[in-house]
Amino acid sequence: MNSLAPHGPARYTRTAISLHWLIALGIIGIFSLGLYMTSLSLSPTKLKLYSWHKWAGITVFVLALARLAWRLGHRPPELPASMPALMQLAANSAHVVLYILMFAVPLSGWLMSSAKGFQTVWFGVLPLPDLVSKNAELGDLLATTHAWLNWLLAATVVGHACAALKHHFIDRDDVLTRMLPGAKA
Amino acid sequence: MKTSTLRQATLAAVLGLSVFTLAAPAAQAATFDQVKADASRVAFTYRQMGVAMDGKFNKFDARLNFDPAKPEAGQATVDIDVASVDAGSDEATAEVTGKTWFDAAKHPKASFKSSSVKALGGNRYEALGTLTIKGRSQNVTAPFTFDPASGAFDGSFVIKRGDFAIGEGEWADFGIVANEIQVKFHLQAAHK
Repeated sequence: MNSLAPHGPARYTRTAISLHWLIALGIIGIFSLGLYMTSLSLSPTKLKLYSWHKWAGITVFVLALARLAWRLGHRPPELPASMPALMQLAANSAHVVLYILMFAVPLSGWLMSSAKGFQTVWFGVLPLPDLVSKNAELGDLLATTHAWLNWLLAATVVGHACAALKHHFIDRDDVLTRMLPGAKA
Repeated sequence: MKTSTLRQATLAAVLGLSVFTLAAPAAQAATFDQVKADASRVAFTYRQMGVAMDGKFNKFDARLNFDPAKPEAGQATVDIDVASVDAGSDEATAEVTGKTWFDAAKHPKASFKSSSVKALGGNRYEALGTLTIKGRSQNVTAPFTFDPASGAFDGSFVIKRGDFAIGEGEWADFGIVANEIQVKFHLQAAHK
């Protein structure tokens, strides 16, 4: 409660920063892996990569749950007052979309896997329930959904990163640095 | 004359009764030898990266001869068209008929031929026999149950795919696809 000024804290908490960057790395890695693995023809390597992709995706899902819980209990720093209202709206909307996609992307993958007849067994140890039963048509529909949600996520992440860089290098405010680990408040 | 007629009648009645009592169990102990292909299944379960996958064979020819009154005289032969496999996903199905798996082009049939049947008590039995896949034969023991009311034979046994060279080369790694494959069968039969 050190700097809970009328405008909220100056920086994100260490927990929020850790979750942000862990999830960011996870999303970039899992997205790239997904693009690569779907281009392969069937091999033991492909089966391994698919399993790792699913395990990592569920891990991000769990981290996103933790992050949402943390976010609900911890007020984030506010956007700079110098930002036009429309820009603030755009930033806040993008954050809501990112939160939704952090859940929707792994969830659509989990459902797709079940519909295609592959139960997801987290790290080969913890079987997740099949929320839908095997169904080829539903599997194809969910595969398309998973792909589109991923492209939407990729576009939003790129926009989010560009906005952060614009804040840092053009606006020269603290929007990026307050989410960077290590820097002093 | 009268007593003799009475004696004959009694004799006939006793004989008739004994024929009836003998005939009753004989009718029950029918030989089940008409397999209903549409109602029968040969399926399997395997583990891939720790995940259980279900597969089945769509075409097979099962012949059997089983009288629950004389189980040890029972016989069964099952010929499986390995190209009819459904390995649980399109990609896997396309893969497993190939040379490193079933090699369906060279070994189109897998077969089971029983050598003996043992009664284990109740409705439980055990068939011993030879399983041949991809030209390799192994002795297997297949425990099964038989329901005389419905004529259903249900059983399962575990084989090791390595014993039959199912999945060679890069696929020989049991860490990806486990060695143990559970084979499950449901044979629906009728008697004449």
